[in-house]
Amino acid sequence: MDIFLQQIINGLTLGSVYAIVALGYTMVYGIIQLINFAHGELVMLGAMVAFSVIGALAGTALPPVLIVLAGILAAVPACMLVGYAMERVAYRPLRGAPRLAPLITAIGISIILQHVALLVWSRSPLAFPQIIPLVSFHVGGAIITGVQIAIILTSVLMMGGLTLMVYRTKLGIAMRATSQNPQVAGLMGIDIDRIIAFTFIVGAALAAVAGVMVGTYYGIAHYSMGSLLGMKAFSAAVLGGIGNLAGAMLGGILLGIVEALGAGYIGDLTNNVFGSNYQDVFAFLVLIAVLVFRPSGLLGERVGDRA
Amino acid sequence: MRGVNMFAKPQAKWVGVALIAIALIALPFALAAAGTAWVRIANLAILFVFLSLGLNIVVGFAGLLDLGYIAFYAVGAYAYALLASPHFDLHFPFWVILPIGGLVACLFGVLLGAPTLKLRGDYLAIVTLGFGEIVRIFLNNLSQPVNITNGPQGISRIDPFSFGSFSFSDNENFFGLAFSGPIKYYYILLALLLLAIVVNLRLQHSRIGRAWEAIREDEVAARAMGIDTTRIKLLAFAMGASFGGIAGGMFAAIQGFISPESFVLVESIMVLSMVVLGGMGNVWGVVLGAVLLSFVPELLRYTVEPLQKSLFGRSIIEPEVIRMLLFGLALVLMMLYRPAGLLPSAVRKRELAKPDADNA
Repeated sequence: MDIFLQQIINGLTLGSVYAIVALGYTMVYGIIQLINFAHGELVMLGAMVAFSVIGALAGTALPPVLIVLAGILAAVPACMLVGYAMERVAYRPLRGAPRLAPLITAIGISIILQHVALLVWSRSPLAFPQIIPLVSFHVGGAIITGVQIAIILTSVLMMGGLTLMVYRTKLGIAMRATSQNPQVAGLMGIDIDRIIAFTFIVGAALAAVAGVMVGTYYGIAHYSMGSLLGMKAFSAAVLGGIGNLAGAMLGGILLGIVEALGAGYIGDLTNNVFGSNYQDVFAFLVLIAVLVFRPSGLLGERVGDRA
Repeated sequence: MRGVNMFAKPQAKWVGVALIAIALIALPFALAAAGTAWVRIANLAILFVFLSLGLNIVVGFAGLLDLGYIAFYAVGAYAYALLASPHFDLHFPFWVILPIGGLVACLFGVLLGAPTLKLRGDYLAIVTLGFGEIVRIFLNNLSQPVNITNGPQGISRIDPFSFGSFSFSDNENFFGLAFSGPIKYYYILLALLLLAIVVNLRLQHSRIGRAWEAIREDEVAARAMGIDTTRIKLLAFAMGASFGGIAGGMFAAIQGFISPESFVLVESIMVLSMVVLGGMGNVWGVVLGAVLLSFVPELLRYTVEPLQKSLFGRSIIEPEVIRMLLFGLALVLMMLYRPAGLLPSAVRKRELAKPDADNA
């Protein structure tokens, strides 16, 4: 088995999940310059809701694809609702307040969501029922599973859809205008509050789908899965250049590949002093490296140092 | 001492201070009557006040959001544990290693701050968040190839504080009063805490303290006034970190056992909630916030749990969950309705209430 190719495939899969989550961070950041710390929790909520629905339907005779689709269809509106509520309750009243304030409410919201999820679903992880037949294909010595193909395809479709929306629709024009200059956009007749809420909702929908994808990939979902995933996705967004949509996609996929290759080779490279249990460190190292050498990210414009 | 301004006359002020001092001295015996567990809770509360004071330097004075603060606590605790336990068979006295723990934590603070402090504040938040996790991952995994941290099992049989043969963990009788280990620790922790409070109060109004305040309120203007902003911010970061490191050393000594489990992200958030609840930038406010958030959850644990059992026959909401929801709500509600905290600092209140014109 070709380890290199295999790790690339694994990295591509995880990377497309990171990319989808990173899009949520970058859109919100682009429009109101806020790091939405609670975004990772939306991914978790999406996975939990979807798993509950999938678990409930697993016994029925419905085809597996329909069951997973039902899970997604339940998770997306649920996350959209939470995303909207979050913006309304915790961020909108603080618009114009010093930066520290919304950052702190974001942390609070994230803790609250996590523990409400703990109350609803308990501490034990939800397992993905074995309904999808394991299909795998051999590609040049590596194995790619049906789930991996589905994840990569779904992400590509969503990224395409989002790009079309942002660059080809009226709503997208309004979003871009708001992110460039909210005051002037408001003068042009754009309802800024609505556009910002809409941005949160779109990000939440993406997060919900990402939650289902990552849950399906690993086979489990639990109440605390959001924070680490969120941090990695944020690193991906910074790597690509925060506020830049293409950057988030590129950053996500690159980060996934770096992580997979790192985990695959770190043992050999360091003579087994460090093992793959350091996998979670790579995202952070990438983040630090980007901040030191190219704070604007790969595709981003210069980041001001206004604190 | 601003916190006791309510006593108008100077004599009345000193009476007030004396009363508080007597209450603080008598407190452990009152708590011991309710159970030694409460003395331990009081000791942990003191540690949290200590931590909150340290984080207050970073978040309150300098306005930098640090979400991985507990990592410095962990560094200090492990420094103490490694230098005073059978793990490496080193047994240095505590008054040597507490400062060492502080220094090591300070070093980590500089290492982390140097690359990130040039950038805008939000980056610092996420980098520190990541840093906290990384430190924990390393603590968990540095048991091989060379066993440094003993991995998830943690380090046990850590030396207690001691002067010669006088150990703080033994029970003793003085003047006919029974001094248990935790009670003795209470007094030394209290003494260190008072020292820390004095340092913080002095720091706040010093040249550096004023520079921090200036940076917090307008970094560009502060730089224009000739303040080396990166260096001063780094100083805040390093000082906050060393407070965390010293608190960590005390924690290791009191508990006698530490493992990576004690240094999770949630703990960082807890300390942050304490600072925010009490009032960022106000030393007395932070003390109040830390004391409240240390004791209220414990009180809830002893009331809500039996209440649920008697009402529903089982515990529906774990006390741990209640505690965390409380912290989350404290963060959100305080920011929305009383952004300057329970005891706001005068400057901070003005600043947090003022809408930022150029920020949309």
